Amino acid sequence: MEFRRKDLLGIADLEPEEISLILDTASSFKEISTRPIKKVPTLRGKTVMTMFYEPSTRTRMSFEIAAKRLSADTLNLTVAASSAVKGETLADTAHNLEAMAPDVLIIRHPSSGAPHYLAQRLKCGVVNAGDGIHEHPTQALLDLLTVREAKGTLSGLKVAIIGDIAHSRVARSNIYAFTKMGSQVTLAGPGTMLPPYLETLGATVTTSLVEAVTGADVIMMLRLQLERQGQMYLSTLREYSTFFGLAPKHLKLAKEDVIILHPGPLNRGVEISPEVADGPHSLILEQVTNGVAVRMAVLYFLIGGEKG
Amino acid sequence: MSLLIKGGLVVDPSQGLEERRDLLVERGKIVALEPPGRISDNGRRVISAQGLVVAPGLVDMHVHLREPGEEYKETICTGTRAAVQGGFSAVAAMPNTKPVNDTAAVTRLILDQAKEARNARVYPVGAVSVGSKGEVLGEYGDLKAAGAVALTDDGQPVTSALLMRRALEYARTFDLPVISHCEDLDLRADGVMHEGRVSLQLGLKGIPAAAEEVMVFRDLALARLTGGRLHIAHVSTGGSVALIRLAKAQGLAVTAETAPHYFSLTDAAVLGYNTHAKVNPPLRTDADVAAIKEGLRDGTLDAIACDHAPHSSLEKEVEFTAAAFGLIGLETSLGLTLKLVHAGELSLMQAIAALSPNPARILGVEGGSLTPGGPADITLIDLNREWTVDVNTFASKSRNCPFNGWTLKGRAVMTIVGGKVVWEG
Repeated sequence: MEFRRKDLLGIADLEPEEISLILDTASSFKEISTRPIKKVPTLRGKTVMTMFYEPSTRTRMSFEIAAKRLSADTLNLTVAASSAVKGETLADTAHNLEAMAPDVLIIRHPSSGAPHYLAQRLKCGVVNAGDGIHEHPTQALLDLLTVREAKGTLSGLKVAIIGDIAHSRVARSNIYAFTKMGSQVTLAGPGTMLPPYLETLGATVTTSLVEAVTGADVIMMLRLQLERQGQMYLSTLREYSTFFGLAPKHLKLAKEDVIILHPGPLNRGVEISPEVADGPHSLILEQVTNGVAVRMAVLYFLIGGEKG
Repeated sequence: MSLLIKGGLVVDPSQGLEERRDLLVERGKIVALEPPGRISDNGRRVISAQGLVVAPGLVDMHVHLREPGEEYKETICTGTRAAVQGGFSAVAAMPNTKPVNDTAAVTRLILDQAKEARNARVYPVGAVSVGSKGEVLGEYGDLKAAGAVALTDDGQPVTSALLMRRALEYARTFDLPVISHCEDLDLRADGVMHEGRVSLQLGLKGIPAAAEEVMVFRDLALARLTGGRLHIAHVSTGGSVALIRLAKAQGLAVTAETAPHYFSLTDAAVLGYNTHAKVNPPLRTDADVAAIKEGLRDGTLDAIACDHAPHSSLEKEVEFTAAAFGLIGLETSLGLTLKLVHAGELSLMQAIAALSPNPARILGVEGGSLTPGGPADITLIDLNREWTVDVNTFASKSRNCPFNGWTLKGRAVMTIVGGKVVWEG
């Protein structure tokens, strides 16, 4: 199996073998980050650009560190300082950046499909670092890696994803990712946050957190975007937290060795209680570590040696 | 000069006629319609319509010509050129121009430009409310006197049920139909395509079918209340078709139109984030497409109107959520409708009825008939000519057409307006 793509736009496009290949490679890259000198020359002379049209700390830094550990040169375009505020179109900005000959462009954008739009127009590789409410493929890959490390396998697991499924690109990518790798995904959230036709993605859907976490091997809590309250998606944060916040009592319903994931940043006391977030089942920080490894693997496959 | 159109198959739903007839045109009028060979060729320009359908000039009652204000997208000249190239001898121009056509002055400007263009006839549609802001009734009497044939706040749906009630009542005073763009803006929220499987897959916010249907229901109730002449624009859902069917069965004098894209495409056309398939109301599902076809078949939907909505690359060559709604249709409308005829889903008579006499009747304008005495607005159609849609051959200034590259069978080969051949191809 080889990974021969120009772009990484979504998990929906990937074959299970490609996913496994990325995870295997990411595993082998993890060791680099533990060395005293955390750098290998693999991508020396390559240029990685990030374009973030939405705020992000973790993801942008994670990509940048991943690129630097492989010796690529990195440039970060942040929107406040860019031409976008002067009215330049996305395509023009991208073409201008491309004229400076990057090897790969990493984009986060509030508009679903924006990375696809660029991928169709640019010769360089494009990585989707989160587009609207569509996909966030590297997040799903790092979640898979974290689960695979903890469980030794991805097949036959019961995975519960809980929260605002409707607006979550993390949920969408993970639904595709876990079902492709043979896990069973159960989605839970209030009715306002469960869009119609979710079951067509191959997941089970429920409005009960209790039902979703019962017997679960993996519980993934989604970040609640607090502004949803004003948009009629929920009543009060108190009630949300009562019915859809993960508390220690829920862990007793799950498998004994259940692991807890969260893409961050956390709303402590809203979707997840501090006891659970900081407890022994939580792998939330391991996810961040694995994020670097997975992004190293993705950059390696898109612009790495043999294709250059 | 007189014009003799010979040997064609005349299809004129206004007379229930589908037979070979020769047609004589003099001084812009149809003067005779006779069995083949009865009218002499003597001193006349003879147009052979052998193997062609001779139809009353097609009328598209829902077109955005963009002038005044957005001439970079379309002008009255280019838009009416696109119309005649697509077989349409008349179009109704929606009022969402800049400025909005809410006064006699704008109506007159549109008519003046149309006269100068000498392509299709243009019937201006005035605004329901001043500036289409949904607050104050427009000057319907003045608008009508200047030449407006209907009223609508298309694109800016009338949110207030009370204003809609008053509009239907006030329009009744001047015997003008009110064309309603049925859309609950609250329910649409920031949706950009039909809410369904595809929107879920693409991560695009959805516009549920209910956003249209609740307003169709409201407007039917208001038409019942007021006795106003309600016409429902661009019906896109099976639920709307069912509501209109029921209202008609109960005797309500409501009329409705759909557009070719609602019976030719589903929301799957958006896959790949295709902005040319971004239109409002949005492309729906297979079941909706089937219901729209059934609505055309049983007469629930009276007219086919393409909602020609030109946009330039500035509005369409951008990320999907930022792209404007709308697609152009004047040059593909007939071909897509004839696809239904070739598939046996609509008779030729039904297709022509929806494209000519029905919209003419709803708007209360001349045309839509080949009866002697009427205006010589005539479309000659080659039912069997295969052609490939190529946006680069379009007369429209814009290129936002999701049908580019499609092979269609059947197209207009000549469009005659007021006895003048304005297009031939």
